[in-house]
Amino acid sequence: MNRPALFSKPAWLALGAVTVAALLLPLLNLAFPPGHALHVSGYALGLVGKFMCYALAALALDLVWGYTGILSLGHGLFFALGGYAHGMYLMRAIGRDGVYQSALPDFMVFLDWKTYPWYWAMTDSFWYCMALVVLVPGVLAFVFGYFAFRSRIKGVYFSIITQALTYAFMLLFFRNDTGFGGNNGFTDFKRILGFDITAPGTRAVLYLVTLALLVGALLLCRWIVTSRLGRVLQAVRDSEARLMFIGYNPLWFKLFVWTLSAVLCGIAGALYVPQVGIINPSEMSPANSIEMVIWAAVGGRGTLVGPIIGAFTVNGLKSWFTAAFPDLWLFALGLLFILVTLFMQQGILGLIGKMKRRPAPADAAATPAASKEAA
Amino acid sequence: MNTVKREGLDTAHGAILYLNDITVSFDGFKAINKLNLDISVGELRCIIGPNGAGKTTMMDVITGKTRPTSGTAFFGQTYDLARMTEYDIAHAGIGRKFQRPTVFEQHTVFENLELAMKMDKRVRPTLFARLSAEQEDRIAQTVRLIRLHGQEQRLAGLLSHGQKQWLEIGMLLMQEPQLILLDEPVAGMSDAETARTAELLNELRGKHSIMVVEHDMGFVTEIAQQGKVTVLHEGAVLAEGRMDQVQADERVIDVYLGR
Repeated sequence: MNRPALFSKPAWLALGAVTVAALLLPLLNLAFPPGHALHVSGYALGLVGKFMCYALAALALDLVWGYTGILSLGHGLFFALGGYAHGMYLMRAIGRDGVYQSALPDFMVFLDWKTYPWYWAMTDSFWYCMALVVLVPGVLAFVFGYFAFRSRIKGVYFSIITQALTYAFMLLFFRNDTGFGGNNGFTDFKRILGFDITAPGTRAVLYLVTLALLVGALLLCRWIVTSRLGRVLQAVRDSEARLMFIGYNPLWFKLFVWTLSAVLCGIAGALYVPQVGIINPSEMSPANSIEMVIWAAVGGRGTLVGPIIGAFTVNGLKSWFTAAFPDLWLFALGLLFILVTLFMQQGILGLIGKMKRRPAPADAAATPAASKEAA
Repeated sequence: MNTVKREGLDTAHGAILYLNDITVSFDGFKAINKLNLDISVGELRCIIGPNGAGKTTMMDVITGKTRPTSGTAFFGQTYDLARMTEYDIAHAGIGRKFQRPTVFEQHTVFENLELAMKMDKRVRPTLFARLSAEQEDRIAQTVRLIRLHGQEQRLAGLLSHGQKQWLEIGMLLMQEPQLILLDEPVAGMSDAETARTAELLNELRGKHSIMVVEHDMGFVTEIAQQGKVTVLHEGAVLAEGRMDQVQADERVIDVYLGR
């Protein structure tokens, strides 16, 4: 094969090692007291947990962008919708422990509402909300995708429409009357399934669930892209017209991968909210969706693992930058994107691959010298 | 595999393709003007004509890429091509090779043939598909036929121009089409490659119905043999007959061959 194999043996080993290391973090957090050399702080654990949610979103984006060539600039919407769906349950779980001691969430009391709007029905059930986490982004993506793909909207036009879509939803969610807490969104969560949401044990479980779903999603995506369907998706990316003339209807293939991607992104958002403790409409801002694209690009699109690495790298940088030079982050992000586009189109993974293929520096230095002597 | 007839395609009247009074106009310009043409089962038909005669537009109509402004296009007795989508037409049994070779450059030769292979091309079967031994054999046979054996695992984008053209013909054959449309199959090929392509088409003669659009007169003479050649001019049929008859036709010499 002239193409780097997806998941070679060393890659599997590395993946296993990273997974084990990630499994150890919450144990180190719980087993050792603060101040001990092996103690992992709750802050660090929360940070890694958050990054794993971003990584899942980047992985979902890679499925549509890297493999199918559909550039979505609206995946932040699916992420936020998954977050809001879980957030509804978390708001209900606060019970009467809010500031106003009411059965309704504080923001509804503030609006002088007496009962829950109809679409909050049954949201006190955890599993109903989990179903919403999957269904809301999934159904929205399916319906939107059906009309967009059927009309053969492609390329930059599709990207712009997804950007407009997330922007429209952001404006909708900013309104207090929409019933999702307006610009404050949902916050001040107290418990999940009866457990204290800030307790180290609960946080460790949330972390582990996130890790399990991220690894599970990676394996699922790997299975899909290595199947014949995966090759059809890449054919959609490279020459959709040709694919139609050999008898495939691209509509259903695009719709399948687009909907799956939205669902994975919604799950990422649902895992994110209890760990971060807040969800508000700014998650739907166009810039957030664009950041996701940058994670995938930096890590290396069309590689599955690359976007995960990219999400960790960019967000790690962001954490440091926003603490050290808060005003410069957006410039740094823009610069990073330009550099990646110009000099490393395959991202970090592509760079690693290039370094492996390049001959040892000694040989490389020797060859020009030798040819000079010959001349 | 070698039978020309198959269930679903009614060729009772001996013809596989009927174009009846087809007109295609783009903003008033008639790319095709009341074109009548039919192809018999198992026939190898060559279409020649100057640039702008409507050859490619005619293929676009047959494969569903362009809708005729008026007239009817039937595949067999029952398939109304003017109402079908590109992929439905491909499923019904019409395969097309484009003027510019279009293969999936990021896929290997093997994967290109695998994707083209006749099978259930819906989402779920594709996700769970496994290659059977017969299917692997078929791909291996086709690879030999198009002379790309030993290169199965090469990316198609790395092939030479002529090899890409052959790969595309191989992809067509994997679809097991009833009717094959070839748009300038030897454009840009070396003489040796052209000769080999003529050989390949002669091997396929009778196994499929084939329509070839070509400018290379030597090549057309080579493959037309005693079969019919159709000359298109300004979107309509100017002349039809054996190659020697057509070449002797005054009108054809005037508009196309030159004196």
